[in-house]
Amino acid sequence: MMSSGTLPGSLPGTEAAFLRIEDLVKDYDGYKAVNQVNLDIAKGEIFALLGSSGCGKSTLLRMLAGFETPTSGRIVLAGRDLASLPPYERPMNMMFQSYALFPHLSVWENIAFGLKREGLPKARIAERVDAMLKLVQLGKFAARKPHQLSGGQQQRVALARSLARQPQMLLLDEPLGALDKKLREETQIELVNIIEQVGVTCVLVTHDQEEAMTMATRIAVMSEGRFLQVGAPGDIYETPATRFVADFIGNVNLMDGTLDVDAPDHCIIGCVDCSHYVGHGITGTEGMKVSVALRPEKISLSRDMPKDTPAGPHNRVRGTVKEMSYFGSFSVYHLALASGARLKVTEANSQRHRDGAHTWGDEVWAQWSDSAQVVLTQ
Amino acid sequence: MSGVAGIFKGLFTGRVAVIAVPFLFLLLFFLFPFFIVGKISVSEMETVTFKDVLSIQEGVIQLTLKFSNYVFITQDALYFKTYLASLQYAGASTALCLFIGYPFAYFMARAKATWQPALLMLVMLPFWTSFLLRVYAWRGLLAEHGWVADALVGLGLDHVLYALGLISTPGKLLHTPFSLVLGMTYTYLPFMILPLYANLAKMDLRLLEAAADLGATPWLAFWKITVPLSKAGIIAGSMLVFIPCVGEFVIPELLGGPETLMIGRVLWDEFFSNNDWPMASAVAVVMVLLVIVPLAIFNKYQAEAQERR
Amino acid sequence: MTAGSNPWFGRGWLAAGFVFLYLPIVALVVYSFNDSPLPNVWRGFTLRWYTQLASDQELLAALWLSLKIAFFTACGSVVLGTLAAFALVKYKRFTGRTLFSGMVNAPLVMPEVVVGLSLLLMLVSMQRALGFPERGMGTILLGHVLLGMAYAAVVVQSRLQDLNPQLEEAAMDLGARPYQVFWLVTLPMISQSLLSAWLLTFTISLDDVVLSAFLSGPGSTTMPLVIFSRARLGLNPSVNAVATITVAVVAVGVFAASYYIAHKERRRAREMAAARH
Repeated sequence: MMSSGTLPGSLPGTEAAFLRIEDLVKDYDGYKAVNQVNLDIAKGEIFALLGSSGCGKSTLLRMLAGFETPTSGRIVLAGRDLASLPPYERPMNMMFQSYALFPHLSVWENIAFGLKREGLPKARIAERVDAMLKLVQLGKFAARKPHQLSGGQQQRVALARSLARQPQMLLLDEPLGALDKKLREETQIELVNIIEQVGVTCVLVTHDQEEAMTMATRIAVMSEGRFLQVGAPGDIYETPATRFVADFIGNVNLMDGTLDVDAPDHCIIGCVDCSHYVGHGITGTEGMKVSVALRPEKISLSRDMPKDTPAGPHNRVRGTVKEMSYFGSFSVYHLALASGARLKVTEANSQRHRDGAHTWGDEVWAQWSDSAQVVLTQ
Repeated sequence: MSGVAGIFKGLFTGRVAVIAVPFLFLLLFFLFPFFIVGKISVSEMETVTFKDVLSIQEGVIQLTLKFSNYVFITQDALYFKTYLASLQYAGASTALCLFIGYPFAYFMARAKATWQPALLMLVMLPFWTSFLLRVYAWRGLLAEHGWVADALVGLGLDHVLYALGLISTPGKLLHTPFSLVLGMTYTYLPFMILPLYANLAKMDLRLLEAAADLGATPWLAFWKITVPLSKAGIIAGSMLVFIPCVGEFVIPELLGGPETLMIGRVLWDEFFSNNDWPMASAVAVVMVLLVIVPLAIFNKYQAEAQERR
Repeated sequence: MTAGSNPWFGRGWLAAGFVFLYLPIVALVVYSFNDSPLPNVWRGFTLRWYTQLASDQELLAALWLSLKIAFFTACGSVVLGTLAAFALVKYKRFTGRTLFSGMVNAPLVMPEVVVGLSLLLMLVSMQRALGFPERGMGTILLGHVLLGMAYAAVVVQSRLQDLNPQLEEAAMDLGARPYQVFWLVTLPMISQSLLSAWLLTFTISLDDVVLSAFLSGPGSTTMPLVIFSRARLGLNPSVNAVATITVAVVAVGVFAASYYIAHKERRRAREMAAARH
């Protein structure tokens, strides 16, 4: 359950914020792309802005970089108000989705570009560029031009270039968007390793939830210019704050019901097809409408009817397997329930050649524990 | 930023300079001259130059506007016929350019991708050589015993042209409406081909595949899909040909004849031969009024082409 | 064309079109070697028109003037045209933008007699009021730049619009101030189109008749004006010789440039393919 009393973007505990965003708004002639965003980011965090296109995440990132001016609100980095600073004076660097490597310059010159603008002595620049090339393991490619590199190599050059100036913060705009699936998985890990090795604070923007969950220390789920929920990946996945978040991240079964019993240590929610016994109390009044979010992997299937819970016949439902998808390591089942609603269940195929594996048309029982559900009031 | 310093910073920012320099140049040397032409068109000619419209006589400011030039233009049948003829010749040339140029651009756009840059270069190459000289060459080609004249006479096509009223005597192809329209079509053909090619080359061929899949014949797909999608190119090309042709001078002078008087020549003669600057100005004003609608269409197309990108 | 129609129709149309386009050029070249002042009457091969050119003072002086004017026109047009292109592409909103856009595009289509007359009358009015400018090379240059600027703006504008805006943002992000962004990133990337624009406006200026006629003064006769007056009178094939030389120079230049560009493209394609392995 979400802790009450703190703003979504606040840091846990009393850590001083490295980056503080206060009441940030970007208004385009009445259309609010970013609508009252508050956020604190600690030093060394990798923070992801997650949302589908049009939610405002890119606008927010661009305001951090300085390419858009906020309509109102403040951006403070290490105590310094960035509002009046143009992009070339801000201590942050950005890695662009299209990499934006200068095609007329070699890899070496691309990385050196930012350093030359600082007016560093030649020897120092060379030292730094070589260090960066070593970091991304592209030493042999220093003389090549961008068009002579593969997509993955170009991405590493873009990363090296954005880290060359040792920025206080690194901004990543859909860093893995241009890569194909296999490369993406490898690169995710590599990228995080490099960022942690350098120790730079990072804000990344993505629409890919897997990317956000694997790479980030904290995620903000964004929609229509607002933050819906901010937290560690596990918190957001297992404890979504709203229906939207529950549905946005991963797969989920959402069931509407009524709060029948509300006790300090448990509650019972009645839905159309089944009833839920939840092992904790919630703040609410009996009779109110709630939703129950149940992740498919938290459900197990069996032929026989499961035993009652101590509180009664809850946390189970009967259904017919209408669809089944076999993914090798796991299978996904779609059960049709009595009311016609569908229940999605994911089970690992932990045994080879299991006798009596469920298949189309089977009548099965689905059951789950009393800690598997998330009760949502929004 | 404080007031005065802020204003100065605003004045000298790059943005202001980038816009202001070409803007002022154009205002001063393109727009402002049109007003001067307007003013002179209603003034009086005095030996080598024009009398001022405003003058002070006996302490009174006198404004003398002489509208007789305009009256003359509207009343004299010759001017009316010349304007009309100019529009007609320009229209005919535009139509011919479209007729020849559209298939040309189409086949260029559908040719093998490796050939297209070469084809484009071949179309541009004549453009880089003097148009004056090429028009002059047509004089040779259409004169007696010229290659084209011989070919046309030999095939008997000159009688066809005579029947159509494009030449006044069979066998004499030069200095006729035929040679004029041919010359203008020839000169402005690349101006029609290039925008059409640019437009057609960008067309998504899968649209035609979809049409074929849905049962359309190639001919039908061409008229229902390709042509409408190339509308912007057709308009651009047509304006690039029509508007300059209306006021064209060199080609009528070299290839036209006594019966192909165009308004560009009238303006030239009024200015250089008659030395009647106000008259020439009046002719120019009416010419601009004539092309203002196509001009607006062209400008709208250019603006839209920008937005689309 | 789509399957089912004869590809030879298309090739035939293209071939016929090219014949039409090149016929006058071929005729010019052929008759430049004709040993007769009359066109269309072949009397034998000669090079005398070429040798005559070498001593044709009027034409040579006019050629030199035209080259000078064309050079400065090209430089001026590219500068002004690039500024105009930037203004139109970068700044989507400013007062008078529609007027500005209209004025940049209009010289492309406006009949030259109108442009020439209006510019001349304005210069005369200026001269009456302020005492300068005198008609001559400067005024011709002015008219040509006005026309060339429109062409240059079109060329540069289309290149600018194709440019990835993130490149300039990346440069700023890495610490480059706006003028540095232009100098270090934008300019190198549009350099090819600047060259195209330069060559285009050079050619247009070299070839211009009407504007030059209105704006020239005593002693500033350009080559097209000389050719034009000779053409009206019906003259000797030395004009053909000029044409042939022009065609030869241009053809060599264009072929060399195309070959160079094709060579670069092939190399680039090879490099990109190699990168994938």
